[in-house]
Amino acid sequence: MAVPFYVSPDQVMQDKAEYARKGIAKGKSIVAMEYAGGLLLMAENPSVSLNKISEIYDRIAFAGVGKYSEFENLRKIGIRYADMTGYASSRRDVTTKSLAKGYSDLIGTVFTRDPKPLEVEILVVEVGEAPATNQMYHVSFDGSISDRQQFAVIGGHSDRIVAYLQDHYAANLSLSEALRLSQRGVVAGYEQPPEEASVLEVGILYRERVGRKFYRMPPTDVAEAMAVAGDEVEAL
Amino acid sequence: MSLWSGSYKGSSFFDLLRHDFPHMLPLQHLPQIPAGEPRLLETVPFATTILALRFADGVVMAGDRQATEGFEVSSRRIEKLYNADSHSVVAMAGVAGPCLDMAKLFQIEMEHYEKIEGAPLALEGKANRLAQMVKQNLPAAFQGLVVVPIFAGYDVHAEQGRIFKYDVTGGRYEEREFYATGSGGKEARSTLRKLYKDGLSRTEAIALALEALVDAADIDVGTSGPDLARGIYPLVKITTLDGTADVDDEELCAVSERLLSVVKG
Repeated sequence: MAVPFYVSPDQVMQDKAEYARKGIAKGKSIVAMEYAGGLLLMAENPSVSLNKISEIYDRIAFAGVGKYSEFENLRKIGIRYADMTGYASSRRDVTTKSLAKGYSDLIGTVFTRDPKPLEVEILVVEVGEAPATNQMYHVSFDGSISDRQQFAVIGGHSDRIVAYLQDHYAANLSLSEALRLSQRGVVAGYEQPPEEASVLEVGILYRERVGRKFYRMPPTDVAEAMAVAGDEVEAL
Repeated sequence: MSLWSGSYKGSSFFDLLRHDFPHMLPLQHLPQIPAGEPRLLETVPFATTILALRFADGVVMAGDRQATEGFEVSSRRIEKLYNADSHSVVAMAGVAGPCLDMAKLFQIEMEHYEKIEGAPLALEGKANRLAQMVKQNLPAAFQGLVVVPIFAGYDVHAEQGRIFKYDVTGGRYEEREFYATGSGGKEARSTLRKLYKDGLSRTEAIALALEALVDAADIDVGTSGPDLARGIYPLVKITTLDGTADVDDEELCAVSERLLSVVKG
């Protein structure tokens, strides 16, 4: 009878983590940022139809990097969970905290139990009724969860972007300032910035919007909004 | 607890419930109402008259505000019109409980599809989804728990307002000009038939919708017209290319006063 080789759990976890990190490092980064009027999410994404940023519920948005099919599946699970909870109870009972914990549990379980970990990193963010109650959760490929303030970055070159944003972020930015800063952050992720500016996918959770707060900003509007000098962009 | 235990993978919330959570569907396990026990239907509220008509820029929908329980008024402020999404409205007539359930489920269905797929259903697709829900309610309808909706909205592809009516079996029919249903539906329809013309303005369409409801309330005891004493007016929603908006009470009040002064003579 063949006896399987003994591999220490340490080694297994390390291998899995390395595998997942490699998969994620291939992808581009996503920045989430609080600004005076809400929260914005910005991704470099040349595709118009394969989105990385999405609405989950009234105040909640989702962003994923890594393997598209995997974070897309997580996104749909989140929408089903949110709509189901809202249907069974009420719209107010759909909370970002429980959703983020659920993601953490799900991704963590796959990491320990399945041979192949999920090659994803996700952000779940909520715009609060006041800036102080905004929430941003980061869930990593092994299910570890952390909450962030001011800004959050996921993806391949997040360290460099985080370092840039730590130096430049200020509270109460206007939308156009926050868009410009996020874009500069994205560019700071490169060792050698690309010659042509990347196509940006932008989703905004706009606090003053009635009902569903998520707004997908068309690329032309993003460019226009970034061009506005310093001031707040008109209502979305 | 795991975030998600279901196995359904599609984009319909209604099918998600049917597939993974059938116990969450409204009216699934109906006890048979014993023969000779028709009183149940006198003790549940009914939503009465609703109507829709096309005008130059889109559609107007209206519903009176009364719910009736046998010979009693159950509510004077019930709302029978619901925004299905930004460009469509569903109106419900029939037994109030199942009407509310279906309206809520339909709203979530629209939103769920849009979020999963990243784009809303076409207007006709929405109308068909509603037909499936009405069909699902057929066993309940046999026991008297009838839900008869009207669905209307602005078709951004066809660039016009469109109206769909339904029968209890889930049959879906498009109406080109107007439709009204519910207990005062017949009266409302006859007013609409006499006075409707193509290309009505917004103001004319609102006035006609209210006039049809006033006439329905005149004959049908289940329907209330504008209640000037209490300041309760029918709910009127306008859907155009720009989306759906409620007509405010001030405007409804002015039109109602004019209509009722004609009745007064």
